[in-house]
Amino acid sequence: MNQPTILDLIGTGPNGWGMALAAATIMTVLIAIAGFAIGAVIGVFGAWAKVSGGWVTRGIAGFYTTVLRGIPDLLVIYLFYFGGSAAVTAIGRLFGAEGFIGFPGFLAGALAVGITSGAQQTEVFRGAYRAVHSGELEAAIACGMSRSLRFRRILAPLTLRHAIPGMGNVWQVVLKESALVSVTGVVELLRQSQIGAGSTGLPFDFYVIAAAIYLAISTVSGGLLQLSEKRFTRGVRRG
Amino acid sequence: MDLPFLYETFLSLVAAVPLTLQLAASAIGLGAFLALGLALCRLSGILPLDWFARAYIFAFRGTPLLVQIFLIYYGLGQFREVRHSMFWVVLRDPYWCAVIALMLNTAAYSAEIIRGGLLSVPFGQIEAARACGMSRFMTFRRIALPLAIRQALPGYSNEMISMVKATSLASIITIMEVTGVAAKLISETYRAIEVFVVAGAIYLAINFILTRLVALAEYQLSPHLRQPAALPSTSTGAAR
Repeated sequence: MNQPTILDLIGTGPNGWGMALAAATIMTVLIAIAGFAIGAVIGVFGAWAKVSGGWVTRGIAGFYTTVLRGIPDLLVIYLFYFGGSAAVTAIGRLFGAEGFIGFPGFLAGALAVGITSGAQQTEVFRGAYRAVHSGELEAAIACGMSRSLRFRRILAPLTLRHAIPGMGNVWQVVLKESALVSVTGVVELLRQSQIGAGSTGLPFDFYVIAAAIYLAISTVSGGLLQLSEKRFTRGVRRG
Repeated sequence: MDLPFLYETFLSLVAAVPLTLQLAASAIGLGAFLALGLALCRLSGILPLDWFARAYIFAFRGTPLLVQIFLIYYGLGQFREVRHSMFWVVLRDPYWCAVIALMLNTAAYSAEIIRGGLLSVPFGQIEAARACGMSRFMTFRRIALPLAIRQALPGYSNEMISMVKATSLASIITIMEVTGVAAKLISETYRAIEVFVVAGAIYLAINFILTRLVALAEYQLSPHLRQPAALPSTSTGAAR
């Protein structure tokens, strides 16, 4: 039997999995972006709670970050996937639906990745907020800026400037975490490779292709992050 | 709150804790040696070694651990040469595949941590060792490495914690460690939240104990940074 080579596999020919792999790559990026965005929103509120909340909100935020950074991501994905399915099934029964209803894997995955990365981003934003000089905020008060204007024009951009390197780290973690979402059956890059490996009997080739695509995504997005860091720190005097 | 169910879940999950610990300990222990080797390659100044270590670290840090596990467990079996070699006894066993994948993965991250530690050793210390007539190897063993370990310990403890969490991925290649048992219980009972709470508490406890142990090691290794124990007071001693 003539075994297809790696080049055949990534091509779009009769033996090619190129289109399927491209679609799966887009799915992986989408999961990572959705998870990262959810995490960023949680991170902003978490940091806010930790910085200026009372002892109750600070306690809740502290509990959240401790727990979510101390347990495996896979467990959180299982919780959302199976827990979500159980909840949806229970709700379905209320409306007279019969049997088991699955929770959409994409949603479960994005939420799980978002909630774990939210714990990391809380700490990133909190650290970045602490790095903003109080003099800058005092200057804004002295200029007569209102609270919301101060937040929009001074605090948010400066915090973001300090947060970008940390957010870049979280993004890389999120991208790799998105591979775990394959356990929910979402056809992202790893799941597609498993399917390909199963139907061609060439697991090594498919997982090498998947690894190469992950490397490419993380390298390209790492470069973009560096560019944005440059842009956001263009006002900083060096040396 | 269904306490009997929680208790039963706790019992079946605790039974899996030794396997989780064993996976983590073998991966971290073996990975540390590999990491030290890689860090020395990076610092050796010999270009081929340096580039090899760079490429290794880039590849292993840039791809998901699960892909690495699949590549080793499913991927290597594709080749007849591997299946007929003496390594097949090890490579067909999911436990050893998981240990190998975790070890290779943690080595890439730890190598950079250890490299940072080695770079942080002040040159004056090395100079002093040379002045005492120590050989290169002895300088490394007695001076550079202990100081580097002390410096790298906080960063390394992060890596150890993420390794404990990473052992959960071994459940995907059929190993019944804590997450594996938890997933089985969830799919049998569909009580995701209860099982999750118990499993999460177990991981938290493991990681909490781990951070305490590292903090203890850090304390032991830095007597020079501590306030010296109060000397027998000299002012009142003047009565003598």
